[in-house]
Amino acid sequence: MSFFKRRTNVLPGFGPTLGYTVLYLSVIVLLPLSALVFKTAGLTWGEFVEVVTAPRVLASYRVTFGAALAAAVINAFFGVLLAWVLVRYRFPGRRIVDALIDLPFALPTAVAGITLATIYSSIGWVGRYLEPLGIKVAFTPLGIMVAMVFIGLPFVVRTVQPVVEEIEVELEEAAVCLGANRLQTLRLVILPLLFPSILTGFALAFARAVGEYGSIIFIAGNMPMVSEITPLLIITKLEQFDYRGATAIACVMLLTSFLMLLVINLIQRWSRRYAE
Amino acid sequence: MSIEIEHIHKSFGTFTALSDIALTIPSGELVALLGPSGCGKTTLLRIIAGLETVDSGRILFNGQDTTSSHVRERRVGFVFQHYALFRHMTVFENVAFGLRVRPRATRPTEVQIRSKVMDLLRLVQLESQAGRYPAQLSGGQRQRIALARALAVEPQVLLLDEPFGALDARVREELRRWLRRLHDEIHITSVFVTHDQEEALEVADRIVVMNKGKVEQVGTSDEVYENPATPFVLNFLGNVNLFHGRMHEGQATMGGLQVDSPEHAGTQDAPAVAYVRSHDLEIDRSKLDSGAMKAAIKHIQKLGPTVRVTLTLEDGEQIEAELTREQFQNQGLQQGEAVYVRPRQVRVFVEDYQI
Amino acid sequence: MSVPVHKINVSHETADRAQTEPAAVRVLLIVVALIFVFFFLVLPLAAVFSQAFEKGLSVYLTALKEPDTLSAIRLTLLTAAVSVPLNLFFGITAAWSIAKFTFPGKNLLITLIDLPFSVSPVISGLIYVLIFGLQGWLGPWLDAHDIKVVFAVPGIILATIFVTFPFVARELIPLMEAQGREEEEAALVLGASGLQTFFRVTLPNVKWGIIYGVILCNARAMGEFGAVSVVSGHIRGMTNTVPLHVEILYNEYNYTAAFAVASLLAFLALITLAVKSIAEWNVRRQLETN
Repeated sequence: MSFFKRRTNVLPGFGPTLGYTVLYLSVIVLLPLSALVFKTAGLTWGEFVEVVTAPRVLASYRVTFGAALAAAVINAFFGVLLAWVLVRYRFPGRRIVDALIDLPFALPTAVAGITLATIYSSIGWVGRYLEPLGIKVAFTPLGIMVAMVFIGLPFVVRTVQPVVEEIEVELEEAAVCLGANRLQTLRLVILPLLFPSILTGFALAFARAVGEYGSIIFIAGNMPMVSEITPLLIITKLEQFDYRGATAIACVMLLTSFLMLLVINLIQRWSRRYAE
Repeated sequence: MSIEIEHIHKSFGTFTALSDIALTIPSGELVALLGPSGCGKTTLLRIIAGLETVDSGRILFNGQDTTSSHVRERRVGFVFQHYALFRHMTVFENVAFGLRVRPRATRPTEVQIRSKVMDLLRLVQLESQAGRYPAQLSGGQRQRIALARALAVEPQVLLLDEPFGALDARVREELRRWLRRLHDEIHITSVFVTHDQEEALEVADRIVVMNKGKVEQVGTSDEVYENPATPFVLNFLGNVNLFHGRMHEGQATMGGLQVDSPEHAGTQDAPAVAYVRSHDLEIDRSKLDSGAMKAAIKHIQKLGPTVRVTLTLEDGEQIEAELTREQFQNQGLQQGEAVYVRPRQVRVFVEDYQI
Repeated sequence: MSVPVHKINVSHETADRAQTEPAAVRVLLIVVALIFVFFFLVLPLAAVFSQAFEKGLSVYLTALKEPDTLSAIRLTLLTAAVSVPLNLFFGITAAWSIAKFTFPGKNLLITLIDLPFSVSPVISGLIYVLIFGLQGWLGPWLDAHDIKVVFAVPGIILATIFVTFPFVARELIPLMEAQGREEEEAALVLGASGLQTFFRVTLPNVKWGIIYGVILCNARAMGEFGAVSVVSGHIRGMTNTVPLHVEILYNEYNYTAAFAVASLLAFLALITLAVKSIAEWNVRRQLETN
């Protein structure tokens, strides 16, 4: 404890600020989250498993995680492209596009939800061209994926962008001097450097998409077993006063979130293995 | 392989980095581009490599015009100041890189690559580090790997951009000597950039002194040190004292100093500057001849093996003399003493007369 | 979103010979990127306003002046006015304790602060129902005292606080850590008190970080949907925030009105983006000079 005192005594306010921080954190975050755990603990293991593996629930996992995965892959690909283009190239409107990337972050989910639903509906700006081609977006899992691409878009871009900006010019120059052509340089030198951040962005986009509600429910069909996302299922159960069911499923989702957090942490730790 | 640089001009916006540079780098020599920051030496190096374009002029490798060739085609080995090692690759993979990216047709087999890489690692005395990552090596080791990597592709010329700039003083000295020995072994045409005159004087066969985008002088270390062509070169290499005065028909008068300058016999009453290196100033207690000036010792600073003595002349000007410790101890000089300073060698430059 | 410390590689910005792809490739990549951006970002943004003003300005304004809309706006403003300052105060306090001191468990604390960020909004609302709802821990006690939390305004505010909890903190913590303790230590040595040091030395240094965090916190507070949806009673005119009101209008097929109200939030989003850009640029600049 004496090491404690020596290090922290110079600047004042440690005690009160840390105390308040922990207090506020506990009251607002930890306590309520633990309520979830406790409530679920009210179920027996058997009951728990039964609830979270019911066919309708499983279907919602398939829809939610499946669409989130697909959306995250799309975002990973386009996210890298966008990050590269925004950092390396100059074109008119670049700054505006750069600012716009954060739109999914700033736009309320409900607004995004109704707008996407409208655009991709059969009479919508995009929907009207896709429908004759047999591609139905609104009220299908495809629509869910589109909404998830929207909300996950900034994650990969913003995670990869700083890394692209910090690539030393000398690395590319060294590669060229050594005889590598542009594709080789990109593949062998640059991509490995970007890879951890791409992975992190992917995981972040995935985690966000899985838990998302407002942007999705308007464009999803919300039909059980087909296009119903897990968060909606939780709300449905709540409205039916099936608190146990709702909390059980919520627990599963929470566990998934923590798992994703852990994975992201590990990726970042792994990515620093080449640092000094 | 020799390099010819013909009338190179290069500007960045309104800033002129290089102005009419003409230079020959003979085959097999180790040449230093020496000068202060901003003199254009790094720009010139990068132009030779092909990492920068020229506004006008030509670069010839062995008589062939390479001015418009791409970097990749020039087969130059480039060593960067901060190494630019690929940190996600092992030492071995770094050195092998240039060989592995060759097009199928010219690519050596893995066995050949392995043997070549290990040979190079042996050459730079780091074969035990082959499996490690750059982050696990010291600065000096990293620089040697960077060198090995550059040599792996058998370049025609080796270019080094302030290769020891990022290293500790001690390591810098060791690597300097090591580079010299390496060059003696492999005789590859090499050009390196430095702002450290000691480094250039010690390592290079030939020194190109540059300033403000122009070449001031080209010569061996002896030539540039003993016979500096311009005041800048004189000033840049070694510590120098300036005396302002006038030159008339071969006689320069500056303060208490009278210097014979037969090379300026035709000059009529022009302003002149006399340069005397600190270690060319002798301090005596008595006036030995007419070339000696009266001075008072203002300050004595001991600097390891040498001693710097600051003196004030009769007209108030301050000059610095450098003595070896031995000389200083023999004379037993004290602060405040009145002595006589006599320059052993004076170089006089007449300022360009502007009307 | 961690501190936007992007260092701009200025040294060889223009066409370094080693660093560019062939022009054709560049153009292709830019076009593809822009098409993607157009479809996923520009189109939705344009659609909001287009749908809102479809029937003309007067219809637009009427929709906004509806009493239910106005009370929704009032509730949203109230929610933000409570949750943002509270989380701002927390953010500053947490950042001070974490960035300026060393103690075991710091990483755990930072991870815990980040939790609300990774929890689904629906769950964020659910947990408050579990505590304050009729069947919840405090349910019976609240009912006995006739205090309504869930399905009432307090519940909405609580859920919003939870959801916007980390915004200011996760912006300030890396920023203050990057700035170190030296300036504060210098102030102390010169005789300043703790509060003086904070207000005169620390605060000015993190000014733009605070603005950045607050603007994002506010955007989320005003725009939160999922969590609020769970705790609100969806009672028109009383427990509906603007996003919930948008949902109601949309579900009633009153599209123009729904988009009209939504356009308010879209405006807010644009302002948020603009202020965010400015704040980000300033934070970057400040870190470079530090």
